[in-house]
Amino acid sequence: MTATALEPTVAAKPAEGRVRRVLRRHPKIVIGGTILLLIALVAIFAPYLATVDPQKVSPARRMRWPQELYWFGTDMMGRDVWSRTLYGTRVSLVVGIGAAALATVGGLALGLITGFIRWADAILMRIMDGLMSIPAVLLAIALMAITQASIQNVIIAIAIAELPRVTRLVRGVVLSLREQPFVEAATAAGTGLAMTMIRHILPNTVAPLLVQGTYVCASAMITEAILSFIGAGTPPIIPSWGNIMSEARSIFQVGWYIVVFPSVFLSITVLSVNLLGDGMRDALDPRLARRM
Amino acid sequence: MNAQAPIEAGPLLEVKDLKKHYPVRKGVLQRVVGQVYAVDGISFTVGHGETLGLVGESGCGKSTAGKSIMKLIEPTSGEINVAGKRIDNLSRGEMQSVRRQVQFVFQDPYSSLNPRMSAGDIVAEPLRNFGVAVRSEVRDRVAEIFAKVGLRREQMDRFPHEFSGGQRQRIGIARALALHPHLIICDEPVSALDVSVQAQVINLLMDLQQEFRLSYLFIAHDLAVVEHISHRVAVMYLGKIVEIADKRDLFGRAQHPYTEALLSAVPVPNPRAKSQRMILKGDVPSPIRPPSGCRFHTRCPYAVERCKAEEPKIREIAPGHHVACHLRGPDA
Repeated sequence: MTATALEPTVAAKPAEGRVRRVLRRHPKIVIGGTILLLIALVAIFAPYLATVDPQKVSPARRMRWPQELYWFGTDMMGRDVWSRTLYGTRVSLVVGIGAAALATVGGLALGLITGFIRWADAILMRIMDGLMSIPAVLLAIALMAITQASIQNVIIAIAIAELPRVTRLVRGVVLSLREQPFVEAATAAGTGLAMTMIRHILPNTVAPLLVQGTYVCASAMITEAILSFIGAGTPPIIPSWGNIMSEARSIFQVGWYIVVFPSVFLSITVLSVNLLGDGMRDALDPRLARRM
Repeated sequence: MNAQAPIEAGPLLEVKDLKKHYPVRKGVLQRVVGQVYAVDGISFTVGHGETLGLVGESGCGKSTAGKSIMKLIEPTSGEINVAGKRIDNLSRGEMQSVRRQVQFVFQDPYSSLNPRMSAGDIVAEPLRNFGVAVRSEVRDRVAEIFAKVGLRREQMDRFPHEFSGGQRQRIGIARALALHPHLIICDEPVSALDVSVQAQVINLLMDLQQEFRLSYLFIAHDLAVVEHISHRVAVMYLGKIVEIADKRDLFGRAQHPYTEALLSAVPVPNPRAKSQRMILKGDVPSPIRPPSGCRFHTRCPYAVERCKAEEPKIREIAPGHHVACHLRGPDA
């Protein structure tokens, strides 16, 4: 064969070189990933970043403007906003990542079932359509209303609200994959249904799932803030960004800085997650950009 | 090595009256309003070490027929025997034993290989499924098969996108060969390849046939390719076989008007040759509402009244030469 002479040039490049090339071509991954990493470090090392107990009330020092001792000022109960905002990072990240993981795993399972089993598809997808017809935030509020306020419940409520979108995505990918000749070829080669799913279907769903996962993560963070803001989310004793904003809402005119700092943090976090997701989408599958 | 091979009695593959109808559904209630007669009662045999070419226009049901035999598509009715054992009524699990004997080569060498599996893993998949080789031996077995199809051992760890079309089809052939089947159904294995590469792949298939005494059901629309590789040829039109004959008979003394028309459309590599093309009028009729009587009568230049009313039975007009036409044969 004549092609053999040219082949060494397309031989696998060293892994490090390939990673570096991908990163250079997709700066969104670098920017989003770096910001997100910084925010994650802030969340992990919150106790060491010049913070005090975020719940410590000091009535004598209420409503201090940002100054040397209180970088982000203090709120109406004299709590340090800097400390509260930094600890709030933990809540946002845990809820975002937790809801994304839960919705992704659940959506993957449901998507595989609906993609392969016709009768289950008819039933499950009608339920998903029903869930989808309710706005995610509203559904999460309703779910929170029937449970106790806790971080776990917030994660579960948001994951359920995001589940239909992930299921739909996986189902679509599975349906198009199972018509691919290589899946037919696997059947011809004697591969069973379960093995076909593991060997041929699952690996091909990873890329779109990863991308969708980041979008779920970003939207979960916003939903968490909304839930906390209206008092239906994280219990008020936990300093989440939504809680801080919610408490400062009534004194917005005198202490607007209390609202501004957590909102800026929320915006930057969500932006970085979305940037990371966009970058991954472009890097993993350029065709996916049109599908979403 | 053929000298020692036992002479098996009877054909390796025998297909009797195979049908595949797809229901056409309409409306909210998905009522069945009709049927697509994709394959409508075809019968043929493939002998040991023989190649049967199956030709026809696109949409005539030749791929459906091939896939029905392997139950990649569930046939509507008909009887399929492999080495004398009936397989059309087997369940998915019971088909496993048949899959060791009958393998499939797909048309598109691009989409028939999982892009996320290495070439070696793709060829090893049937070996692993059937536990043919011990884990430690799988790589050596795959390397052996790679050598047979003209690929190198180092190429086992590459991924499909790193191969050319012809090389990919070699991987597909290697996968089909892994279990040492008796019959390989080739579904237009070269129609997606360049002409020069087509010849390489066809010659590879013929060499492998010599070496392993393989039988092929070779589905194609390219008559030149079919003439080169086949021992016998069956011509399909709208879900029916209209003519089956030895290659020499079919290409030399075609009887059915449709075969005549197909043969006259083959380009002759001589610009001065006088061509007597037989141009068919119109398009292939819809397989949902096939014409009455002989399915070819709407386009047949010789059609008479009888062709519209009565469907011609396939008859043997000369030893091994079967034709479904009222106008051909002893009583015509």
